[in-house]
Amino acid sequence: MALLEIENLNFRYLDSEREVIQDFSLSMEHGEVLVLAGPSGCGKSTLLRAINGLIPHMYQGEYKGRVVVDGMEVAKSEMRALAQKVGFLFQNPENQIFMFSVERDIAFGLENLGIPRQEIRERVDNAMRLLGITNLAKRAPHELSDGQKQRVALAGVLAMDPKLVILDEPTSLLDPLTARELVYAIGKINKEKGTSFIIVEHRLDLVVTVADRLAVMYEGKKIFDDRPEKVLLECDVEPYGVLVPAVTKLQRQLSRQGIPLPRRLLAPEELPVELGV
Amino acid sequence: MIEFEKVTFVHQSGVKALQDVNLRIRKGEMVSIVGENGAGKTTLVKHIIGLLKPTEGRVNVFGKDTRDASTAQLSRMVGVAFQNPDHQLFCETVEEEIAFGLKNFGFSPDVIEKRINWALGFFGLEKYRKNPPITLSGGEKKRLTLACILAWDPEVIILDEPTVGQDAIQKEKLSEIVRMLNSMGKTVVIVSHDIEFLWPMQPRVVVMSSGKIVADGEASSVMNDSYLLEKARVTQPQLIRLYNSMKRKPQRPFRDVFDAERHIMEALSVRTG
Repeated sequence: MALLEIENLNFRYLDSEREVIQDFSLSMEHGEVLVLAGPSGCGKSTLLRAINGLIPHMYQGEYKGRVVVDGMEVAKSEMRALAQKVGFLFQNPENQIFMFSVERDIAFGLENLGIPRQEIRERVDNAMRLLGITNLAKRAPHELSDGQKQRVALAGVLAMDPKLVILDEPTSLLDPLTARELVYAIGKINKEKGTSFIIVEHRLDLVVTVADRLAVMYEGKKIFDDRPEKVLLECDVEPYGVLVPAVTKLQRQLSRQGIPLPRRLLAPEELPVELGV
Repeated sequence: MIEFEKVTFVHQSGVKALQDVNLRIRKGEMVSIVGENGAGKTTLVKHIIGLLKPTEGRVNVFGKDTRDASTAQLSRMVGVAFQNPDHQLFCETVEEEIAFGLKNFGFSPDVIEKRINWALGFFGLEKYRKNPPITLSGGEKKRLTLACILAWDPEVIILDEPTVGQDAIQKEKLSEIVRMLNSMGKTVVIVSHDIEFLWPMQPRVVVMSSGKIVADGEASSVMNDSYLLEKARVTQPQLIRLYNSMKRKPQRPFRDVFDAERHIMEALSVRTG
């Protein structure tokens, strides 16, 4: 059974004239990492809401089609039950962390579910270990740097043990090295725990290194959905507001001029070696 | 034009946010400020418009010590688009938002009307003229903040993390705006983590770390110092990494993809020809 099944989804908000999501279908297997790209206002946020249940449970509108997460149909399930399947990390971690210590913050969601103390302890410790923040356990979240806060918020999401984690532009507020560390952590969690991720990002250079798929959305429709190297090297994605990393763009241009190059995404250090220049 | 002389700033909590900062920005320059989260970049910017005053040292803007000038006076010459537009937008409608600064600086009603039309058109915000700014998307709010500032035509434009939440098309447009303003003789200061956005514009690069300026120079030299960048938690632009992995390097790193493509095609044709 697929982890996520979106079948011919159409959605129009009550107060909007047009459908924000149009005939959108997407299927994701357990353990996949999917990057979702597309210009501002293309319907990405709406799609995410339709996956975690905010649509149709909190936002009203005209809803057609079906979204099924791990066998549970979103429109027919309670938000509470969905929250255990799908975790959500916002762009700004300050919207998400609020307790007096990091470990209390991570435990918060679990306490609400009435999980036994011992199990909470184990899950919190494990989440902190995966994100390399065990040393921050007793610290107050508001004293931390943005990158640390982002990791605390993600640990809180992971402790709930969701099958799918959605990240909305997780690196936009982070300095480049911190962003790279967060992306490494995502890759590691995916490998160790088999957690699936949907990452919404404009900046692709970092996230494509851990992605299995890249989907591009434009005006509520899915335009491309394939392995990242296929989409970035074989399609013209720029008109759809997707920023192709500089070296990938170069690799694509050179391939198009008939220069033989591998069909995988080459790192900046690899391209000259492949070319022999 | 903007001068920091041995500036130290200590927060009320005792945290030293700036430490012995010396910086001189000249008219018409394009300067980028990079560095880790919490390095003091925004604190530095706040000193330029007098929102913060140095604990020690001096900040001079257009020959005026910021201690002797109001933020309103300084803002006429220096427009800042802060990272979070929500802290800057507060009017009932988009057009009032743009008019606000213009009215405060005493522009006449017909000039205000013209400038509003120009700004809305330039940033593609006409359709929101009568809408409340809070209903715009994050990217649109950022463009509105910039529209408000450009409307009163300051000499210096400071952009704090302008690319956050902007897609490829908007980033391209932003990059064009920055180059255009700079070619008109405006001084542009960009605080940004987005190295790939900054690199093709080849600005002067100031690197900050723990409240200090640790490097200051041309993009091609500062961005080539991987040891220094790592310490300031900045990554190298992809095109520099590519350049450094080449056997026979051209004289200077590639500015953009076209530059790199041209060079590589030449190198390949020499080899096969």
